[in-house]
Amino acid sequence: MPKSSRWALAIPLALVLAALPACGAGQAGGTPAAEGGRTLTVFAAASLTGSFTEIGRAFEAAHPGTAVRFNFGSSATLAQQIVQGAPADVFAAASPATMKPVTDASLTAGAPVTFARNKLRIAVPAGNPAKVDALEDLADARVKVALCARQVPCGAAAVKALDAAGLKVTPVTLEQDVKATLTKVELGEVDAALVYQTDVIAAAGKVKGIAFPEADQAVNDYPVAALAKAPAGDLARRFVDLVLSRQGRQTLAAAGFEVVPAP
Amino acid sequence: MTTSPATERGGVTGRAPWPLVVPALLGLAFLVLPLAGLLVRAPWSTLPRRLAEPQVLEALRLSLVTASLATAVCLLLGVPLAWLLARASFPGRRLVRALVTVPLVLPPVVGGVALLLVLGRRGLLGQWLESTFGITLPFTTAGVVVAEAFVAMPFLVISVEGALRAADPRYEEAAATLGASRWTAFRRVTLPLVMPGVIAGAVLCWARALGEFGATITFAGNFPGTTQTMPLAVYLALETEPEAAIVLSLVLLAVSVVILASLRDRWTSSP
Repeated sequence: MPKSSRWALAIPLALVLAALPACGAGQAGGTPAAEGGRTLTVFAAASLTGSFTEIGRAFEAAHPGTAVRFNFGSSATLAQQIVQGAPADVFAAASPATMKPVTDASLTAGAPVTFARNKLRIAVPAGNPAKVDALEDLADARVKVALCARQVPCGAAAVKALDAAGLKVTPVTLEQDVKATLTKVELGEVDAALVYQTDVIAAAGKVKGIAFPEADQAVNDYPVAALAKAPAGDLARRFVDLVLSRQGRQTLAAAGFEVVPAP
Repeated sequence: MTTSPATERGGVTGRAPWPLVVPALLGLAFLVLPLAGLLVRAPWSTLPRRLAEPQVLEALRLSLVTASLATAVCLLLGVPLAWLLARASFPGRRLVRALVTVPLVLPPVVGGVALLLVLGRRGLLGQWLESTFGITLPFTTAGVVVAEAFVAMPFLVISVEGALRAADPRYEEAAATLGASRWTAFRRVTLPLVMPGVIAGAVLCWARALGEFGATITFAGNFPGTTQTMPLAVYLALETEPEAAIVLSLVLLAVSVVILASLRDRWTSSP
């Protein structure tokens, strides 16, 4: 192989390898860091989008010069990104199961703390065309039902609730996350779905939520933890404290979460 | 990578110039390295067990069937559309050509929502389809085909239109002077002339349909056996079992490479 060809192979490889870490760092969206200030990166479950954005603003107000940026998404995906070395400071998951890979890899600073709970509700489109008013109605073959896939937290909770009620429901679709499930209801493609209380509140006007007793047996705990390798160091701990504070709890309660009494 | 002594010694081709070779290799590495990443991480020991899972075979079968049907739909509608764009002159042709690329630009999930708004149960056309024919597309295998065809059709149209523009129109004119109607000229002269472009477009279209995720899960939903194609199964496996997701991706990849390679040998003469 001529010398020049060997170089021709080595240079692009070196460039690609050099570019890899830069690509990884760019994936978390959010506000740019304040000039010369510090940045706190929070990975949080998609269902926390509204409430955490608000808590993030409060944090920035309390810590001038600090920018909080969020990466909202499926808890399981976020957990994988953290295990693969994503530079996160705080992780808030929608279930203990999705927090587990991170604690298993000893990547949290201390044990995760449960800060909120979310309950399932039956969501029906405005006008409730199939006249659904109880969980039993979902087992009716004429009622088109959307559930979350059991691999994601809302799907696991739905299975638990339906099992508790002893119902066999055949959904038309198993959606990849709770927002996709909610969209199917909003557009009237399904007659009913099981989503979180917080989603029903966020989509007020477009869907109607119906409470059912078995929801109490499928409550989702949301754990939060500062991460051991947090690039922002002590700021991570302070953000978790804000989430657990009275102010944080009020924000979460307004979004429809059940807040957990202070430990 | 290396040029043979024969071509180095002043053949017609000559030595491949480095301003082309370096970016070419960089591009190749960029495309192939993620695949290498999958291969390195693949849990080879569990591969046979995963392959034997009925859900995997079901998803693979559904993927192949729907991608092929979507390609058929695209050929049926896309080739005439490409002909219209390349050969017919009508006002607003530029606008129509730009509109054809909309599914390429639209994030597939948005494409899926758009399909729901038109063909869904409360959609503009969907309402009418349900009340007149009792047809509902969302959450059915036909819905998967619709979503895949929507996303994949531009690949076929653009490729065929390019071939038509490159084809010499004088052959068609000669056919016309010999008394062939425009339809006959299209079937007997134009179509054979642009066949390599049609095949290339169909291959692109099929590959895109096979990998389709966003529009499918949004429009057709996800249910094993009816609408859960391989990419959907991969995505959900990723939530809980990343290793299973890698295996499923490799299966999809291997099957598509084998099919495309064998078709290429059979239908095209180019190396």
